[in-house]
Amino acid sequence: MDTDTITAISTPLGEGAIAIVRLSGPDAISIADHLFEGKKLEKQTSHTMHYGKIIDPETEEAAEEVMVSLMRGPKTFTREDIVEINCHGGLVSVNRVLEIVLSQGARLAEPGEFTKRAFLNGRIDLSQAEAVMDLIRAKTDRAMNVALKQMDGRLSKLIQSLRQQLLETLAHVEVNIDYPEYDDVEEMSHQMMEEKTKEVLQEVQKLLQTSQQGKILREGLATAIIGRPNVGKSSLMNALVHENKAIVTEVPGTTRDVIEEYVNVRGVPLRLVDTAGIRETEDIVERIGVEKSRQVLTEADLILLVLNYGDELTAEDEKLFEAVEDLDVVVIVNKTDLPEKLDMERVRELARDHSLITTSLIKEEGIDELEQAIADVFFEGELDAGDMTYVSNVRHIQLLKQAKRSLEEALNGMEMGMPIDVVQIDVTRTWEILGEIVGDTVHESLIDQLFSQFCLGK
Amino acid sequence: MTYDAGRYDVIVIGAGHAGCEAALASAKRGAKTLMLTLNLDLVAFMPCNPSIGGPAKGVVVREIDALGGIMGKIIDKTHIQMRMLNTGKGPAVRALRAQADKPLYIQEMKDTLENQENLTLRQGMVERLIVEDGEVKGVETETKAAYYAKSVIVTTGTFMRGKVIIGDLEYESGPNNQRPTISLSEHLEELGVEMVRFKTGTPMRVNSHTVDYSKTEIQPGDDVPRAFSYETTEFIMDQIPCWLTYTNEYTHKIIDENLGLSPMYSGMIKGTGPRYCPSIEDKVVRFHDKPRHQIFLEPEGRNTEEVYVQGLSTSLPEFIQKKMLETVPGLEKAEIMRAGYAIEYDSVVPTQLWPTLELKNIKGLFTAGQINGTSGYEEAAAQGIMSGINAAALATDVDPLILDRSQAYIGVLIDDLVTKGTNEPYRLLTSRAEFRLMLRHDNADLRLTEIGYRIGMISDERYEKFQEKKRLIDEEKKRLEGIILKPDEQVQKIVEQAGGTPLKEAVRASDLLKRPEMTYEMIETLTPADKELPEDVKEQVEIQTKYSGYIAKALQQIERMKKMEDKKIPENIDYDAIHGIATEARDKLKEVRPLSVGQASRISGVNPSDVSILLVYIEQGKIAKVSNE
Ligand SMILES: Cc1cc2nc3c(=O)[nH]c(=O)nc-3n(C[C@H](O)[C@H](O)[C@H](O)COP(=O)(O)OP(=O)(O)OC[C@H]3O[C@@H](n4cnc5c(N)ncnc54)[C@H](O)[C@@H]3O)c2cc1C
Ligand SMILES: Nc1nc2c(ncn2[C@@H]2O[C@H](COP(=O)(O)OP(=O)(O)OP(=O)(O)O)[C@@H](O)[C@H]2O)c(=O)[nH]1
Repeated sequence: MDTDTITAISTPLGEGAIAIVRLSGPDAISIADHLFEGKKLEKQTSHTMHYGKIIDPETEEAAEEVMVSLMRGPKTFTREDIVEINCHGGLVSVNRVLEIVLSQGARLAEPGEFTKRAFLNGRIDLSQAEAVMDLIRAKTDRAMNVALKQMDGRLSKLIQSLRQQLLETLAHVEVNIDYPEYDDVEEMSHQMMEEKTKEVLQEVQKLLQTSQQGKILREGLATAIIGRPNVGKSSLMNALVHENKAIVTEVPGTTRDVIEEYVNVRGVPLRLVDTAGIRETEDIVERIGVEKSRQVLTEADLILLVLNYGDELTAEDEKLFEAVEDLDVVVIVNKTDLPEKLDMERVRELARDHSLITTSLIKEEGIDELEQAIADVFFEGELDAGDMTYVSNVRHIQLLKQAKRSLEEALNGMEMGMPIDVVQIDVTRTWEILGEIVGDTVHESLIDQLFSQFCLGK
Repeated sequence: MTYDAGRYDVIVIGAGHAGCEAALASAKRGAKTLMLTLNLDLVAFMPCNPSIGGPAKGVVVREIDALGGIMGKIIDKTHIQMRMLNTGKGPAVRALRAQADKPLYIQEMKDTLENQENLTLRQGMVERLIVEDGEVKGVETETKAAYYAKSVIVTTGTFMRGKVIIGDLEYESGPNNQRPTISLSEHLEELGVEMVRFKTGTPMRVNSHTVDYSKTEIQPGDDVPRAFSYETTEFIMDQIPCWLTYTNEYTHKIIDENLGLSPMYSGMIKGTGPRYCPSIEDKVVRFHDKPRHQIFLEPEGRNTEEVYVQGLSTSLPEFIQKKMLETVPGLEKAEIMRAGYAIEYDSVVPTQLWPTLELKNIKGLFTAGQINGTSGYEEAAAQGIMSGINAAALATDVDPLILDRSQAYIGVLIDDLVTKGTNEPYRLLTSRAEFRLMLRHDNADLRLTEIGYRIGMISDERYEKFQEKKRLIDEEKKRLEGIILKPDEQVQKIVEQAGGTPLKEAVRASDLLKRPEMTYEMIETLTPADKELPEDVKEQVEIQTKYSGYIAKALQQIERMKKMEDKKIPENIDYDAIHGIATEARDKLKEVRPLSVGQASRISGVNPSDVSILLVYIEQGKIAKVSNE
């Protein structure tokens, strides 16, 4: 029978509800052990639950706190080993966990596949066969619908247009192969192929980025305001909150139990994380040490570093700059209403590529510029929230990742000097993968393209 | 009233490219075979272009040869020039094309047929089949002879209710004014076989003496020995060139002005023509912006002055054909020997066939060639050999042979036909194959000789040679993997000469060969084999090593495909009893009756959810069986 391990979110997705990522198959337990920080599941008895964290093995970052239930076959729904990861972070965290599981070698289950396995492994009675078929049908159709609905029109159009570009390139290559005697069809060169491939790769990468941004949009951009005491951190916070009507939400049930403030700045939701903690810290660099503070900081998506215009630059300030070196930072020089004591030239030097904003919070000056700078960091100056295509469906993300991989392989092949018809194997594959996203994998269309694009024949 | 004219294992109707391969394969497998055809002077006649091979098609000829077929051997003896195409591209798409000497090809084929053991040739027009209880028993000719056999193969090409059309002239006819086959086509319909109407066309032939070649470009053949067949040892080096010229705005103007006279546009022609062989009027209409179209002038043989005007296929009236020629450089004074024409004909809807090419509804009856909706000599020959192999298998009670899509273009062709059907005359293209890196010109023997030998179509002698070749390839590949080359002066010099960057450390010889700029020849100078290897062995070592990454990837995909192919669908499956399959899918499944889940998944209209349900249903059947026992 099937020997691979499948996974999917197996609870209806709803706000606040506990969501379960289920794995079933021979590697369910070993995959789970790979990404679970807690007791070694391999060693636990069947039908037990364990508390721990999901770690992303690629970044070694802790992703979620979870409860994991372990059930060994054959006394399970599918008669295979099953691991269920219970996440309570809602949609975002469950998707994150699913992605990590997928990256560790599990395959995304087809709709109804758990039931199918249960059935094929004899778990479900034969007399229930019809019901099973109905279920599979219903689930497949619904999954298709959901996937199609989740895909907004823009995404679908974009993918179609990428496919069309690839198709034209492929048809061109094919025509060179199948009709070598036609001298009036230009020979597709490596250079042309490379250009096209790169173009499409860029688009795919952009889409994948939006999947990250899509995540941020739902979750909020984790933002930390840092700076020496008295530079105006609370004032900044208040200014942002005041301007933008903060939504204070409590996140119960998590161990953190912190109060996070959400503010929406020009369409960018900020989640002001642990600001309370940071605000109360006398000197974060000294207290938790540079190493540790760096760790705190890496958990933030955005850092607002505040300096005092009316005060001299100190060693602490310099250390702060050092600590945030590789992060997304907006540097804010506050209190410009005071006489200049700060060495602005040095500050500019330290700020390097980061945007540098001057404010006088007390006079309510510079806040507009600050908000623009924050939005720019998120949209990288290129995009506008209303204009963005988001990829949020896990299946789509998986497929886009595959598409990216096969485009990279195509480019790699070209670099290695592989002939165009060999490189083309990976380009064709990309075209097929993108087709899976929009639900269209008919091979005939290449041949249609061939004959509509070129004039051939005896 | 008919008379009993004899009993055979297999009867082949038709001696075109399909019929010839079918009859020879059947006879070679030891089946007592009869071939019936309209005109014994025209066996393996080429009614259109005088050429064999080309991309995909040329590989098919190699595959036929590896299975023990004939096409490659005959063209090797009768071509006027041969060229390797796509040499600037990868090995996957290289292909041979030969210009054929048409009359000589016929002669050579006739000679082969006449000397084949177990094969009887007879001229005659078959009018009906003898069918009892859904099973074919034999055939009846118009001269009232009744021949009996266990299997019958129909390979009647474009003859079925053929209709020739030139301008407003139309008459019932087979290709090239041969008699059309009317009653057999009607009879098949009576037997419940579904037919469609297709159309194709051919350009005019002109007299070589009236062509001014000085206004054209010469197109010579390769001046190295080349051959399709793995058994060919004598090569024709004295080659005849083809010539290239172009249409121009004047030609297009004449066509534009006279479109009303074209039966294509007046609605007289109703059959569907192939997109890849459009007539010149089609090309001018559909690609109006193109200032010119290529025309190749191809001699029809060494001992004839007829020249085929490739690129001017047309069904416009004869006087317009003449006017068109007058505008083309080199052809201004060309005299038409035969006018171009279109032909409409009946063909069998191929989804009615099993992948063995046997009709699902009439046991023992096979169809092959253009009658199955394909076009082209090679496509016909490919189906011919497979139908011959399988008709003989049925008659002599051995297992049928079905090639899959990863084994051969032949497999792709037949799977496409019987699974998807076709709504225009089907031509093989390299892009139809998903594993074309595996389906190469150079490895056809490695893919299929074993099979050819197993079914008795390859001689012991040839098989031994083949085994030796395989052994040498494997040994040499292993040897190169074991040899470490240090970056010494000699190595660096060769690498640099080839345009590569110098080595930083020692490498395996096989890894060095993987570099794009390196060839086997270069590796050979660095580390020669114990004894000089044959060229084809060197070629294999180079290709298999260079593309090993891609080949491994393809093999993985094939593995996945095979898993689905291995899930067989029981022949007696009742699709109506399967709950949950969509209506369209159900209808398609009932029509195609796929043999495996893999085949089912390729039917258009059958969706992944239907496949899923089908899988569950089949597995459940197995479970039910086990639990009943
Ligand atoms: C006008 C024209 C243009 C074409 N153009 C192209 C082209 O551009 N490109 C291309 O690839 N292909 C072209 N073809 C197709 C190509 O010629 C065929 O695909 C190929 O020859 C088919 O081979 P076959 O064996 O199936 O049939 P055929 O070669 O047609 O052979 C049929 C055989 O059946 C015999 N026969 C017929 N009826 C009976 C009967 N009742 N009893 C006994 N014997 C019978 C005939 O005598 C003949 O021997 C063209 C064909 C024609 C006619
Ligand atoms: N002159 C001037 N004073 C400011 C400005 N912004 C804030 N202040 C004042 O600076 C003082 C400190 O401001 P906070 O916002 O509490 O500073 P903080 O960085 O949060 O201080 P800690 O919580 O102690 O770390 C307050 O008295 C503010 O009124 C400004 O733009 N100009």
